[in-house]
Amino acid sequence: MGTYEKIRQFLLVNLLAYDDDLIIEDDENIFESGFVDSSFAMQLVAFVQKEYQIEVNDEDLDLSNFSSINSIVEFIGRKNSILEI
Amino acid sequence: MCGLKEIKCVVWDLDNTVWDGIILEGDEVKLKPGIKTVIETLDNRGILNSISSKGNYEDAMQKLKEFNLHKYFLYPQISWNAKSISIAKIQQILNISMDTFMFVDDQRFERDEVRSEHPEILCIAAEEYKNMLSCPYLKPKFITQDSKRRRLMYMEDNQRKKDEDLFNGPRKDFLQSLNIHFTISEAKDDDLERAEELTIRTNQLNATGKTYSYDELKKIMGSESHRLLACEMRDKYGTYGKIGIALTEDSEDYVHIKLLLMSCRVMSFGVGTVLLSYIMQEARKNGQKVRADFKHTGRNKIMYTTFKFGNFKEVLKNESDIILENDVSFIQDFPPYVKVTTP
Repeated sequence: MGTYEKIRQFLLVNLLAYDDDLIIEDDENIFESGFVDSSFAMQLVAFVQKEYQIEVNDEDLDLSNFSSINSIVEFIGRKNSILEI
Repeated sequence: MCGLKEIKCVVWDLDNTVWDGIILEGDEVKLKPGIKTVIETLDNRGILNSISSKGNYEDAMQKLKEFNLHKYFLYPQISWNAKSISIAKIQQILNISMDTFMFVDDQRFERDEVRSEHPEILCIAAEEYKNMLSCPYLKPKFITQDSKRRRLMYMEDNQRKKDEDLFNGPRKDFLQSLNIHFTISEAKDDDLERAEELTIRTNQLNATGKTYSYDELKKIMGSESHRLLACEMRDKYGTYGKIGIALTEDSEDYVHIKLLLMSCRVMSFGVGTVLLSYIMQEARKNGQKVRADFKHTGRNKIMYTTFKFGNFKEVLKNESDIILENDVSFIQDFPPYVKVTTP
């Protein structure tokens, strides 16, 4: 599974979506499609760290790095330049 | 203001600690004189009791039932595991930090084994049990409604977790089925004791690691520019009691969050974010932005993440003291599975 699909799967399972039949587009703002609570935020950070072997530090914990599939992929790419997409 | 360490859970050995004699050796065991009062009193003070003992689970539980003591112990660990492992299990389930545990055992070897793995635990010898009730660590300053119900609340949590494990389907549907009510209100006089208790007990979801005393809070409540909000939560299993507070200071341009904390028992319901959203909505109505004090305490990373994912940005950093700011341009709606009541 590619990076985009993997992240989409993660979001579909874990995001507390406002809408029952959620489809998450690559550029969709997940903070508008679902309720991002503390548990989900921690889960998402842990997922990105583990799956892509990167360290998410305080400066990286920015809404703009996690707001959509695109931005998460870009963020991972920046942190880890040899990522294959 | 430190040194207010409080024990939240006492873990007991059984043989020759709670009772005289060893079950497996066929002894007719007898409760130590006065031990029942000690356990009941701790329970009444809101301190949890659990067990880490070696032996056969069924036999030991049977004995505890005969003594009518079984109901007081949460998640008893009776097995052949090292006691440090049993205690780690209890700690994980209760989700309270290791340095709030006390371990009572007659054998020095067991105390040393636990201490070597968990140096932050207070280990005491069995014969000390007579002095326990006057030990300052085991005497919370206030006994609130919530402390008296604490064991029951943990048991309700347990039922909730079991149901969640058995529930097939998305987490959202499960949360929906809980029928959660979250009430935010202005703190009243009788909330202050609980508020002080919360500031002392809460570590993971504490934005500043600061503690406020009853008197300090009382003074703040009387001040025009401050607001003290208390949160309460209940669901179909029962009430969680007062589980969060926020202290804010108003100025012309800002609502400044001086203190924000949530009991870790409600972490998985997203209600911390609900409280933040409410504060932001109010600020937006009044044309203010929101600022928040934050300090890394080594334990409150989740609170930091909550702020950052809530669109807060660092505007000031002085060593570990941070001020976060939110321009209230984006505020999350309340989650659909929570019924929120605001002041």
